[in-house]
Amino acid sequence: MATDMTRSRSVKRPAVPPRKLALWIVLALALIIVPVTLQAAAGLGFLVRILVIVGIWVLLALGLNIVVGYAGLLDLGYIAFYAMGGYAGMLVGQAVSGRLGGATFWVVLIPAALAGTLTGLVLGFPVLKLRGDYLAIVTLGFGEIVRICLNNDLLGLSNGATGLPRGVEQVVPPWPANWLADNVRFPTPIGEFAFGTNLFWYFVVLMLIIGAIVMIRRLDNSRLGRAWVAMRENEVAAAACGINIRTQKLWAFALGAMSGGIAGVTFAYVQQFISPESFTFMESVFVVCVVVLGGMGSIPGVIVGALLIRGVPDLIQGLMVAGVIQLSGDATSMITGYRFLVFGLLMVIMMAVRPQGIIPSKRRALELHPEDDRTLAEEDMQLWDTSHRDISPDDV
Amino acid sequence: MGHLTQGHLPRRRVIGVATLSVIQAQNVTMMFGGLRAVSNVDLHIDEGEIVALIGPNGAGKTTFFNLMTGIYKATEGSVTFNGRELGGRKPHEVCQMGIARTFQNIRLFANMTTLENVMVGRHSRSTAGPLKAVLRTPGFKREEQHTVDEALKQLRFVDLVGQANEVAKNLPYGDQRRLEIARALATEPKLILLDEPAAGMNPQESRELTKLIGRIRDSGVTVLLIEHDMKVVMDIADRIYVLDFGELIAEGKPAEIQRNPKVVEAYLGKGAEAMLASAQGGTDG
Ligand SMILES: Nc1ncnc2c1ncn2[C@@H]1O[C@H](COP(=O)(O)OP(=O)(O)O)[C@@H](O)[C@H]1O
Ligand SMILES: [Mg+2]
Repeated sequence: MATDMTRSRSVKRPAVPPRKLALWIVLALALIIVPVTLQAAAGLGFLVRILVIVGIWVLLALGLNIVVGYAGLLDLGYIAFYAMGGYAGMLVGQAVSGRLGGATFWVVLIPAALAGTLTGLVLGFPVLKLRGDYLAIVTLGFGEIVRICLNNDLLGLSNGATGLPRGVEQVVPPWPANWLADNVRFPTPIGEFAFGTNLFWYFVVLMLIIGAIVMIRRLDNSRLGRAWVAMRENEVAAAACGINIRTQKLWAFALGAMSGGIAGVTFAYVQQFISPESFTFMESVFVVCVVVLGGMGSIPGVIVGALLIRGVPDLIQGLMVAGVIQLSGDATSMITGYRFLVFGLLMVIMMAVRPQGIIPSKRRALELHPEDDRTLAEEDMQLWDTSHRDISPDDV
Repeated sequence: MGHLTQGHLPRRRVIGVATLSVIQAQNVTMMFGGLRAVSNVDLHIDEGEIVALIGPNGAGKTTFFNLMTGIYKATEGSVTFNGRELGGRKPHEVCQMGIARTFQNIRLFANMTTLENVMVGRHSRSTAGPLKAVLRTPGFKREEQHTVDEALKQLRFVDLVGQANEVAKNLPYGDQRRLEIARALATEPKLILLDEPAAGMNPQESRELTKLIGRIRDSGVTVLLIEHDMKVVMDIADRIYVLDFGELIAEGKPAEIQRNPKVVEAYLGKGAEAMLASAQGGTDG
C-alpha cells in the first residue's frame, strides 16, 4: 500500500486528456490564423501591431508576476528593468550591428536579459529586507531615478530625452524579417497577404511569451517555486524550514527583472527607437494593474489583464486613426484623458468585488478568502520588529 | 503508560569525564524594553533526551525557543548547539545546522497541501536551483522524486499519509499539529523543539502524541518540549526545567518536579496543584 502511494505520486507528468489536447490545438491554430487573417484583410493590419504591443506587455507582466504574484513583493518601479533591457540592448546592438547585421537583435537578447537581471540584483540586494510598504516606496523611487538618469544622459550613453539610436543611425531589422517581407506575399479573397514586419514581430513575441510561460511553470513547480509560496504564506515558518528568505526574494527579483529586460529590448527593436518617456511611473503602475486585475500568480490572468489594459485603449485609438470610429477632436481628447479615471475606477471595483483578479490562480483564490488570522498577523509584526531592531528607524 | 518511558533513560554520550551536551545555554537573558522575558537561564540538553520546558503563561518559554532559532538575539549570554554558538545566526541557518521547531500558534503553509508542506521542509536538504528546474535535468527529476518520497515517509511517520493531498488549512486541529511536526522532521534535525504540541488536542490525541514524541526520540532526534498538558510531560520527559517570570526555578526528573514546592507555588491559583497531581497516575502506572 505504502509503495503504491509513492508510485502514484511520482513526479512523472500525467497524460493529457483528449479534450484538453483538442483545446490546445484550437488555441494554437487561432494564435496563427487570427493574425495572418488580420494581416491579409485590407485596412486591419494595424491590429497586428496592437497584438505585438499587447504581447510585449504580456511578457512584461509575466515577469512582474514572478515578483508580485509568486514572491509576494510589491515592486512599483518594475519599468526600470524594462528600460535597462531596452537601453542595454539598443546600445550593444548599435555597436555590433555593422558586423552582425540581421543577427543583432537575436544576439542582444542576452545583454538585455543580463542588464535586467543585474539591475534587479543591484536593487534587490539592499532593499529586500524592507517590509512590504517600504519596499514599494523604494522601488518606486528607483524606477524614477533610472528614468531621470536616462533623461539627463547621466553617463553619456542614453542620449537624453531624444533617446536611441542617435541621429542618423539605423536599427537593422532582425533576420529573417526582410526576407519574409520580400518573398512571402500572395493574393487572398480578403486582400493581398504580405508577411509584414508587424506579423514577424508578432511571432517573435509569441515565441518569447511561450518560452517565458514554460520557464515560469517549471520554476513554479520546483523547490524554488515551493519556497516562494511558503514564504508568501508564512515567512517565519518558511525560514524555520531552512529557507533563506533573502535569497529566494532575490531570485524572484532577478528572474522577474530578466523577463522585463527581454521585453524591453523587444520593445526597443519593434519601435526601432527608445526614449525615456516610455518608462514613466505610470507605466509601472499599469504593469502592476495588469497583474492585479488579471489575477496575481495566474498566467492566463496576466494575459487577459494585458489584453484589457494595453489592448483595449490601443484598439480604440487604432480604430479612430483607421477611421472606423469617427469622433470629434473633443471626444478624442476626452477618451484619452478619461482613460486613467476609467482604470482607477475599474481597479477600485475589482478590489471590492473580486480581489483575486479576473482569472485567479488556484492558490491565490484560496488565499483571498481568509479566516483572517489576526493573532498570527500581530505576532508576525511583533517578531519582525524585534528581530529587525538593529535597523529600525527609532534606533538611528 | 509506564511502558512508554521504560528503557529510555537519557543516553549521555560520555567523553572522558565530561558529558557532551547537544544544547548548552549559559546565563541567557532576553529583554523586551524593560521586561526581562528570559533571565539568566542556564540549561543543557543531552543527546537522546526528551527535555520539557514548563511554566505558567508568559514565563518566557516561547521566547527561549525564539532565541535558539535565530528569531531573536539574546541580550546576554550564549546558547551553543554541539559546541557551536547559536546567537546571531539566521533562522534558516539554525535549521540547516540541525534544529527544527514547531510553533505555539500553528504556522503551516495554509494553502499548500499536506504533502507540499512537508516537501518545503526538505528545502535545506535539497539543492536544485532555478536553472536545473527550468531545464528539468535528470538530476532535478531525481531530486524531486526523492523529496516526494522523503515527505511521504514523514507523513507516514505521523500517520497523515491518507491526507497527503488535503489543503493544510482544511485539516482538523490535531492533524495540523502533527503536520507541523512532520514538516519539522523533514528538515532532518538532530534536535526538535516542540512548542505546546498538545494544545487543543483531546485526551486520545494527546496519548497518540506522547507515543509519537517517544518514536521521534527513538529515531535519534533529541527533543525539547514546551507543554502545558502535565500528563504528556510527566509521561514522556526525562528531565524537566521550570521557568517562572523568565527565571529557572527548578530542574529535575518528573517525580522530583511534581514534589517541588516552588513549582507548585508557581502554578498556584491556576488550579495547577490538581493538574500536577492528576498527571501522577501517568508516571506511577
Ligand atoms: N516580541 C516581543 N516583544 C515584546 N514582548 C514580548 C515579545 N515576545 C514575548 N514578549 C513578552 O515576553 C514574555 C514571555 O512571553 P513568552 O515567551 O511568549 O511566554 P510563554 O511562551 O512562556 O507563555 C511575555 O510577557 C510576553 O508578553
Ligand atoms: Mg508560549
